[in-house]
Order: sequence, then C-alpha cells, then structure tokens
Amino acid sequence: MVDFAIKDCVLAIISTGRRAQTLSELRNVLRDVHPGCIYHHFWGTLLRPQFSDREYNNDFATWCHHSLHDNRAAERLAVIDPAGFSDLESLRQELIEVIDERLDETELMLFARADQQFHFARSVIVVFDTHRRLSHPAELVKALPELSVGSVFYHFIDARRREPIGVDDFLAWLLGLGPEYQGLCNSLAEVDPYFESLFVLRDRLAGLFTEHFVEAAT
Amino acid sequence: MTAEPAHSRLLKRYAEHAGQDAVEQLRQLADLLAGLKVVHVNSTLKGGGVAEILEKLVPLMQELGLDTSWKVIEGNDDFFACTKSFHNALQGKALRIPETLLRVYEDVNARNAERLRPVLEEADVVFIHDPQPALLLRHLPARRGKWIWRCHIDLSHPYRPVWNYLRQFLVSYDASVFSLDAFAQPMPHPVFLIPPSIDPLSEKNLPLDPETVHEVLAEFGIDPQRPLVIQVSRFDRFKDPLGVIQAYQLAKGFVPSLQLVLAGGGAVDDPEGEGVLSEVREAAEGDPDIHVLSSGHYSDRTINALQTAADIVLQKSLREGFGLTVTEAMWKGKPVIGGNTGGIRLQLLNHRTGFLVDTPEGAAMRIRYLLFERPRMGQIGQNARELVRQNFLITRHLREYLTLMVALTHGNEDRIELG
Repeated sequence: MVDFAIKDCVLAIISTGRRAQTLSELRNVLRDVHPGCIYHHFWGTLLRPQFSDREYNNDFATWCHHSLHDNRAAERLAVIDPAGFSDLESLRQELIEVIDERLDETELMLFARADQQFHFARSVIVVFDTHRRLSHPAELVKALPELSVGSVFYHFIDARRREPIGVDDFLAWLLGLGPEYQGLCNSLAEVDPYFESLFVLRDRLAGLFTEHFVEAAT
Repeated sequence: MTAEPAHSRLLKRYAEHAGQDAVEQLRQLADLLAGLKVVHVNSTLKGGGVAEILEKLVPLMQELGLDTSWKVIEGNDDFFACTKSFHNALQGKALRIPETLLRVYEDVNARNAERLRPVLEEADVVFIHDPQPALLLRHLPARRGKWIWRCHIDLSHPYRPVWNYLRQFLVSYDASVFSLDAFAQPMPHPVFLIPPSIDPLSEKNLPLDPETVHEVLAEFGIDPQRPLVIQVSRFDRFKDPLGVIQAYQLAKGFVPSLQLVLAGGGAVDDPEGEGVLSEVREAAEGDPDIHVLSSGHYSDRTINALQTAADIVLQKSLREGFGLTVTEAMWKGKPVIGGNTGGIRLQLLNHRTGFLVDTPEGAAMRIRYLLFERPRMGQIGQNARELVRQNFLITRHLREYLTLMVALTHGNEDRIELG
C-alpha cells in the first residue's frame, strides 16, 4: 500500500494594482492579466476569510452580485467549474466569453461604487511537506480533524487542478487501493467543496471517514 | 526533570486561542526559514499599533527559530514633525512639507543607517515599518538580504507631492506590504497584501471576570441590567458619532431602556476633534442614558470591560481603515453593526457575523432587530468570534509574514514546492 504524504500549503497574496469598475472593464483586464489572478480568484479565494456558506464560488461572480448588482452575470460566472478546464488560459477564455455574452444582451452599463472596485490579485502558493505519512485510510479518522486548513485546501481543492484533473488526493489514494473503499469514494465524490469554509469542509470530510471506519464497525 | 523552556510557552498560549493546528503550521513553515536573520525597524518601542504588533511578533518569530531582532530609529522633534506630516499627507491631507524638514528626515535616516549598519547589512530579511525609517535602504548599498517596506497606512488617496517624494526611495525595495488592496499603490516590485490582526493575549482582548466588568460599569453609572450599545472611537467625523446618537434615539423609541456609550480618547491636540466632541455633547444633552466618555485616556482594560458588557457594538464609520475595533468586539463574541466601508466589509457578513449599514436608520433597525431576536444575537456573536479566530488573530498575521519570506527567498514562481 502506498503511503499518503500529508502536505500543507499557504498563500501569499500579491496585488497587481489593476482594477475594474464595470463589467466591460473586468473583461478588458481579464484579457491580459497575469494568469495567477485567474487561479487566485477561483481557487485562492477559498483560503481567504469567509464564514460558512458562500453564495458564489468565485470572486468574479461575487463581485457582480454584491458590487455591480448584476445577478445574471453573477449566476453565469458562478456556474463555471474551474476543475473542468485543463489550464488557466482556457478558464480565462471561458470567463471572457461569459462576460461578452452578458455585455451583448444588455444595454445597461452598471458601475460599482468607487470603493467597491474589483481588485485583481494573484497568489504565490507555497507547498511544504509535513513529513507525516499515513499507511492506511483508517488513519484519516484521527488525522483529518488535526489537519490545518492549508492541508485540506491542498489535498481536497488544489488537487483538482493537478493531474489527473478533477480528483482530490483522498479520492485518488482510495481509488488506488481497490474496490473495498468504493462506498467511501462515492461519498467523497458527492462533496461540493466550493460552498463552505475549509473548517466546515474539514469537519465534513472527517465525518465521512468516521462514518466509514468507526460507525460502520460498531 | 527539566522545566519547560520559556520559549515554547508563548506559542502554547496562542494555541489555546488560535488552535493547535494553526500553531503547528507555523512551526512547519518556520522550519523552512530556520536560522534566518530577520530585522524589524520602526520608529518607536512603545505606543501605537506598529509597536503593539512587534511586541508580540518578534518574540514569536524568535520562538519559531528565526534569529529576529527589533531596532528603533532615533530621531529629534523636527524628524517626528516631518514624519507626522507624512502620515497625514499620505492619508490624503494636502500638506506642503518644508525643505528644511525633509533634510532633517534624510539626515536622521543617514545617521541611523550608520548606527545600524552591521545588523542591517548582515540581515537576510529586513522589514521597514512605515515611512519613518524608509530611507535607511539607500545608505546601505552593501546589504545582502531582502528588504520589505511594510506600510500600515491607508495609501488609497495620498497627497501626490508627498507620495512622489517618498516613492522615489521606496521603489528600490524588494517588496512592499499593504493591509488591503484598496490601500495599496502600484509599485515596480511585488506588493503583498497582509491584513492586520489582534492579539488575543493583550489587555484589550483577554477575557475579564464579571466583577471587573461590573466595577467599570458602576464607575461610569451604567446599569448592567439594561441593554447597552457602545461605540469605541475617537471623536472624528469619519466615525460618525452623531449618526450613532441618531441611531440610538431612533431605536430607543422601541427599546426605552436602551443605553449608549460613546467612548473615545481625549481630543486636546485635535481642534477638529474638539468641535465634533462638543456637537456630540450637545446632541446627547438631556439624556442620562447617553454616556459620552471623553475625559482623557481610558485603559485597555476599561475599554475591554465596556465592550464585554455591551449587548451590541457599533462602528458606524463613514470611512475606515481596517477597523480593528470591529475585530476586537467580534472576538468578545459581540454582534457588530458597522459602516459599509473599508476593512469593516471584510469582517461583517450580514446576518452571520454582524450587519453592514449605510445610514443611522439602518443602524437603528439592526439594533432593534438584534435586541428583539436575542438568541440570534448570541449566534451571530459566536460566528463573529469564530471568524476572528480563524482569520484575524496575530498567528495568521505571523503566518503570512513567514509565507512572504519563503516566497521572497525562493524566487518568483507562482508555485513553490518544498520538502
């Protein structure tokens, strides 16, 4: 059995100094902004302060809703699943297309308040090895509640944009161990990681492993 | 049996508040930087937000194995007059600073550079806090480390002539750090964003026993049995104390037992503050349930007790920096009603951790709602405390400093994989 290496990660957030106050400005900046911004506003946002449930799962959609008050744009942007794109450039193109479509259908030019502009930021992700190894999935029952949210982010969210895309590290490990964990794999695949804080997500994952290994055994 | 080393005690105490996982993460991250010589430089050892942060950050960095020191530059009255003008101008006040004061500023930096040369040239990472020591760098061409300018000021609308003067020196740094994106100015080097934090172990934030709280209430003639709302802020138009009184008066029509405390420092050196204070006194006149506390300095413990006693904390600012008084109140498990501006927006999430309002009427409505829905108030307070625990304690602040150091010392990649 291959050991599971627990890693951790932290983000350093870097301002680009670029801003948008309207939807068309957002589109214009998106055309040539650093690709790290696309990562940051889709994925990095999940490691930033938030409380429990979030309505929109990326910063572009959240801004359209809260600052532009353009709910159509917000809903269409929110439905983009970043894990479904092989690289950040194709994700960028999808964003631009969705915004262009919205701009084509409306004659309204909505402005955000001057103090509510969209600020483009990017992040540097630092990944480091905790040197902690798990040799059996049952060890995750104890290990998961002790993980930092950085570890949860790295293994359950960031993993989805690493090869093979769309699969978190826990699922990938279990799939490699044979059919006995199929039920747990199915449960993990049902967890949508974009709507709750990493603390709540950690509890949810711990609950699934506990249910499988502890409660099932009793 | 050996005694526990003093150096591990502080981290243990923080683990009690921030969680063992957060402290463990700090240890792992610090391992990547072990032995690094880090120097912080600012302009004062005591007083002010920067010194308050460094008092804790420096020993924590030392505990984590970083060879960290804190140096303070020495200046004269003219130097501090000049840097006080910088401070005001960088926050938007149109101020012409005389050439003579600028020369003093430059000379003081040159002298301090000589004095601190050995330690600064040897350092691997140097954090220069705010504009006061910003010119040290130009006098130390043989420096070997990374130099970071940490700006604690809101630079969103600086007075341009003063900003341009300082900027010419700041562009040589390896990086800058601002508290919020909205406060930053474009620079030719990476501009990192690190929000400020509160210290759960400070006098301002440590839990108080009920007797202490009651003593403070008795001192100011506040009835502990009746609902209390409070705003802790200096008497400044941007803090909208008159709007707070208006909100209180609107809410009092529905909650006649309501009491209000407006607590702020003395305003003896601030002519505008004196004017605002007299308007506040006038608006409060005749209502014995409005307590305007403005006579001099109140201890951190007193302010802590007042916040602890309050049912609801207000920060109805019209313009605000990060709003650490909001964070402090949230840490005490209080629902906060805050102005929809600045860093307050990052902390208050409607119906979850508090309420954002744009008018006194909005504040009144939320006061009434919360006092009517008392169980909801408890829930929001709990959420607020948890949000602060996860995001706005000094341990998170430290983690981001460590991350920044790793990022700067490992090249310019977007993704750094170590170990």
